[in-house]
Amino acid sequence: MIPELGQFALALALGLALVQSIVPMMGAARGNLVWMRSAQSTALGQLVFVAVAFGALMWAFVVSDFTVKNVADNSNSLKPMIYKVAATWGSHEGSLLLWTLILTLFGAGVAVFGANIPHALRARTLAVQAWIGVGFLSFMIFTSNPFDRLSPAPVDGSDLNPLLQDIGLALHPPLLYVGYVGFSIVFSFAVAALIEGRVDAAWARWVRPWTLAAWMSLTGGIALGSWWAYYELGWGGWWFWDPVENVSFMPWLLGTALLHSAIVTEKRGAFKSWTILLAILTFSLSLLGTFIVRSGLLTSVHAFAVDPERGVYILALLGISIGGSLTLYAWRAPAMEGGGLFTPISREGGLLINNLLLATATGTVLFGTLYPLFLEAITGEKISVGPPFYNMSFNPLMLPLIFVMGLGPFLSWKRADLRGVAQRLWLVFGVSFVAMLVVWYIVTKGPVIAILAFGLAIWLMLATLQEWGARIKLFRAPFSESWRRMKNLPRASHGMTMAHLGLAVCIFGFVGSSAWKDEVVTFAEPGTKIVVAGFTVEFEGVERVRGPNYIASRATLDVTRDGEFITKLYPERRNYPVAQSSTTESAIRHTLAGDLYASIAAPASEQAGNAWTLRVLYEPLVNFIWLGSFMLVLGGALSLSDRRLRVGAPRRAKTPANVQPAE
Amino acid sequence: MQRILVFIPIVVVAILGGFFLWGLNPDRDPNAIPSVLISKPAPQFDLGPIAGVDSPGLKTSDLAASGEPVVLNVFASWCVPCRAEHGVLTRLARDEGFDLMGINYKDKPEDARAWLEELGNPYARIGADETGRAGIEWGISGVPETFVVDGSGTVVWRYVGPIATEQSQDELRAALAEARGGAGS
Repeated sequence: MIPELGQFALALALGLALVQSIVPMMGAARGNLVWMRSAQSTALGQLVFVAVAFGALMWAFVVSDFTVKNVADNSNSLKPMIYKVAATWGSHEGSLLLWTLILTLFGAGVAVFGANIPHALRARTLAVQAWIGVGFLSFMIFTSNPFDRLSPAPVDGSDLNPLLQDIGLALHPPLLYVGYVGFSIVFSFAVAALIEGRVDAAWARWVRPWTLAAWMSLTGGIALGSWWAYYELGWGGWWFWDPVENVSFMPWLLGTALLHSAIVTEKRGAFKSWTILLAILTFSLSLLGTFIVRSGLLTSVHAFAVDPERGVYILALLGISIGGSLTLYAWRAPAMEGGGLFTPISREGGLLINNLLLATATGTVLFGTLYPLFLEAITGEKISVGPPFYNMSFNPLMLPLIFVMGLGPFLSWKRADLRGVAQRLWLVFGVSFVAMLVVWYIVTKGPVIAILAFGLAIWLMLATLQEWGARIKLFRAPFSESWRRMKNLPRASHGMTMAHLGLAVCIFGFVGSSAWKDEVVTFAEPGTKIVVAGFTVEFEGVERVRGPNYIASRATLDVTRDGEFITKLYPERRNYPVAQSSTTESAIRHTLAGDLYASIAAPASEQAGNAWTLRVLYEPLVNFIWLGSFMLVLGGALSLSDRRLRVGAPRRAKTPANVQPAE
Repeated sequence: MQRILVFIPIVVVAILGGFFLWGLNPDRDPNAIPSVLISKPAPQFDLGPIAGVDSPGLKTSDLAASGEPVVLNVFASWCVPCRAEHGVLTRLARDEGFDLMGINYKDKPEDARAWLEELGNPYARIGADETGRAGIEWGISGVPETFVVDGSGTVVWRYVGPIATEQSQDELRAALAEARGGAGS
């Protein structure tokens, strides 16, 4: 009964989305306020109905209702409750329902919090959001219904892929989707502005909080996914340039560019058509990601149940939304140029370089991701594009970006005094250069680019701190004065400082864990000793352990350094009989300086007896990646909490005299 | 000028869309790796030995010299999965009694030598393919890859990736058994 209720709710949501697609748009064209306002109630209604459908599916998973095909395929009565709940979005259909839920959530968000947005713009934005809703609701109802019944119902379900039974992965899709789909509202704003034919500073200000919210979630989602890959897949890596990772990374790169170009549009009225284009392309890349993950177009470690019919449907959706919006863009964009002039050396110039580099980087990743497809289509040859390509093309692009990132906040709008900036920064530059040489002296291994990236990250960190310190006159004024200035500094400034520092911290982790890691892979028998980065790891043997829905082989490793006991590690190889697959549970000793990481693979054969393939890695600084990612998200949150961005907050009549000018 | 520039995004998207539509062809399997060499004679190549290793070099005629099936393994010291399969191959060569031939792919002689000294050298012959030329002839997509060549010099089986799992070892044994049975006919 309840699954039918969910299905019914989905159909009602589609009906509401259809109404919301047309009525507010016509209302905006005719100046009919009632029609425009209808979008707010239909947006809320859509959210309620999709939420009911989502709740119905979740209920089916919680009570293990195996008459629902989706539940029978993806759950099992023995599974721990938290993974039963998480299995709601573990399958193609369920994740699509989550996708739609977030889409309507953002629509409802604009309906509720968008009180200061002009009626016509809000109505058009919500109408565009409803177009996307119609596309995805119909996709779900007609090709991927999560509530399909199964008759006869099986006694027990066939279980969720055990790799996905993990707390990191239970949270990863919702966060990632909030990011992906959050850009939909930015897209809707952009298309609405194109229809309206007007983009101004106010538009950029309304768009920024939504972009920030989506960007934060995407950052968190990607970081969580890479953390999961790091400890669950047992390969010791955190990023593999796999197509599906790339498709989540591209919206992030372009979204980052959008965040920065929207600042220019807001403060200086420049980069208008560029900001619009970025808004459209960022969401287009999110859609592309959805398409690639679900169509089986490329070889990837991530695979959903693949079905060509669905692929064609999503491609058609993509064609209409991306093609339509870009055609509209080609038609309307030439009319909306103008805005503040600036010299090459200025805040605008710095942000322009930021945008060019990020857009080029996105293009590079897109090309690398799709190149196997191009090549196969043209020559029939099959290849895969892996880390060497990205190391050679993507990484060098990031170096100038980091350099400009340190410099940018010192530049003033319109025209900057390069000599003055150089005077303020030469000390930081010198210190980071010396620090880089010291690092080079200590760590002799790894490519030169790694040392350079490390040095640039030090530069970024110091320059960012110097800028923040200068703002609050740290050490130049009495502490109470600095404290007062710090409290009065806009939250957005603190956010920028935090996010830029976060990236520097991330880079320490990227460089340390990829360029300076130590790795030993060996056949180990009880008593085998290996030495990694000064640690002596002794393999003591493997025992059988039973879990709730798996049987594990657990190895015991005794770790010592200079004869002193450090810790014991217990990497596992888990076998899930119902799902008929196995997973690797790596054992990690976390320290800030680096992780000692151990995993075991299946024994080479039954003849090999007690010999297991043992893999031990030492990854210096790897935890800085997650720490830096957290700082990025925190920076976004600080910026989002800025009063100037808080939608609906009453505007102050006069700025208090002691407030610092914004950036 | 700008009127033309604004059309660039839509044109790029249209071209991409064409590729995607092609890519959705249900007969296409992006995971399948074509193996054009199967049931064809082994490609022509002639490789010298690795400097400082006592195994002689390898050329096409060596593969069929004994009249017995041989296993050809493409490996490199820089390849981590090769390490994982090395012990398995050593044991299989001993237990199953076949000649294991090696192509040392894009490797430095001193690295390859150190690697073999550390892990042992189960290879009857090793060709040093420093340029990767022989790798191209064999059409390898990465290392490690393993082939079974029957007694008449015909490639009968190919495996991409390390021979470490039970399944891959069974496949190798089956391919060898078939090559032994069918060598006379």
